[in-house]
Amino acid sequence: MLILGIETSCDETAAAVVADGRRVLSSVVATQFELHAQYGGVVPEIAARRHLESILPVIQAALDRAGVSPQEIDGLAVTQGPGLIGALVIGMAVGKALALAWDKPLAGVHHLQAHILAAFLTDSPPEFPLVALVVSGGHTNLYQVHDFQRLDLLGRSRDDAAGEAFDKVAKLLRLGYPGGVIIERLAAQGNPATFHLPRPRIPEEPLTFSFSGLKTAVAHQVKNHPEVLTDPGVRADLAAGFQEAVVDCLVGRAWLALEETGCQRLVVCGGVAANGRLRQVLQDKAGAEGYELFLPPLSLCTDNGAMVAAAGYHRLRAGERLDMSADVFSRG
Amino acid sequence: MRILAWTSTSPAATRALAAALGRWMAPGDVLALKGELGSGKTEFVHGLAQGLEVDPAAGVASPSFTLIHEYPGRLPLVHIDLYRLESLPPEMLPDLEEYLSGDGVAAVEWAERLGALLPKDYLEIEILITGETTREFTMRGHGPRGEELAARLAREWL
Repeated sequence: MLILGIETSCDETAAAVVADGRRVLSSVVATQFELHAQYGGVVPEIAARRHLESILPVIQAALDRAGVSPQEIDGLAVTQGPGLIGALVIGMAVGKALALAWDKPLAGVHHLQAHILAAFLTDSPPEFPLVALVVSGGHTNLYQVHDFQRLDLLGRSRDDAAGEAFDKVAKLLRLGYPGGVIIERLAAQGNPATFHLPRPRIPEEPLTFSFSGLKTAVAHQVKNHPEVLTDPGVRADLAAGFQEAVVDCLVGRAWLALEETGCQRLVVCGGVAANGRLRQVLQDKAGAEGYELFLPPLSLCTDNGAMVAAAGYHRLRAGERLDMSADVFSRG
Repeated sequence: MRILAWTSTSPAATRALAAALGRWMAPGDVLALKGELGSGKTEFVHGLAQGLEVDPAAGVASPSFTLIHEYPGRLPLVHIDLYRLESLPPEMLPDLEEYLSGDGVAAVEWAERLGALLPKDYLEIEILITGETTREFTMRGHGPRGEELAARLAREWL
């Protein structure tokens, strides 16, 4: 069964053809990174306009690279949310129009569920049940995943997403954008134990994330130790201390979720899952304690159409069809 | 113009003040939040949401990444965060204008970046970090509605 997946929730215009929810025949991603870099992040209206220009060529490229015609496609899948409304609307309109024109079934896909299903587009996919941590610039969500369709939210951030905290701390340290990559590089040269930074937790909600307090603590250190901004060694130490605190919070919550649910498998996905230090700590801990860890390849960690096609495949197979009057949603 | 000063000793105290304001909010009210990173602007919006009876399950969180979040409540709460935008791209202006003149309550972080888009009538809330958990609030009422809110704060809260 061949599914065409369409993804426009943020700043990547993406389409892919996936066979049976497993095999990626093509995956095309047109990034808008350059367009938004001057604003230090995505500007919704600018993203929507670029999606409109890119979406049809990207879909055509995905079909061409897979070597399939629209007639050979068995169904379409489109990201319904969460994401930027103006951006989502473009993919949704195109998905509906193509489904009608080609007379194919259409599935609406939850963006974060699609991120989790990226772990199934590999040679050794996990089994259910599992715990999934979706961690990116816009989300820090922990789920218990029962099967391809059902998942329960266990916790999320009450303030900044993890990737957002990286960007803000990079700005506090006058490092530029995107923060995640720059801080990781700098942190590799620093000593994470030099600065003592908090690991914020909310006692009554142990699986809820909070990164705002950590960001505030970094701001305090910059104020109390101005040499952070002039001495590269001290700055690297603070970057390392911050990264270590974020990694501790992410890994600690993920393990608490594994213990609470009794699951043996953990999927970590989303853009921040590209962080080398996070991957290393996860691999060490999973190896030492006998948990199965699944880290999708980097190309599937960031937004892409293949994960949307995979999620849509399971919805269509379960008999789900998106109502043609269905709308996109920004949060949830 | 009425200028009020208030000291918050904890995030919980900040939320309590914001929740009181949330209970008084009327359609079209605008709150302009100013203060450096980590001063507690998002914390303030948590309290505001509580006062506006936004469902806690809605999960109020920072909109720095997406710029605008909207939450249904007693009145819709529009949470705008201009942190990333040192200059406003023209493409953003129609959306911002619509939200700032809508029937909901708009809370704008880094409101100084609104420039000419800032309405005449609003309550300005400036937060200064003075210690690990203490914050110095300065609140100014602009326009008749802003003055009314400031007067009520002075009467019932300070």
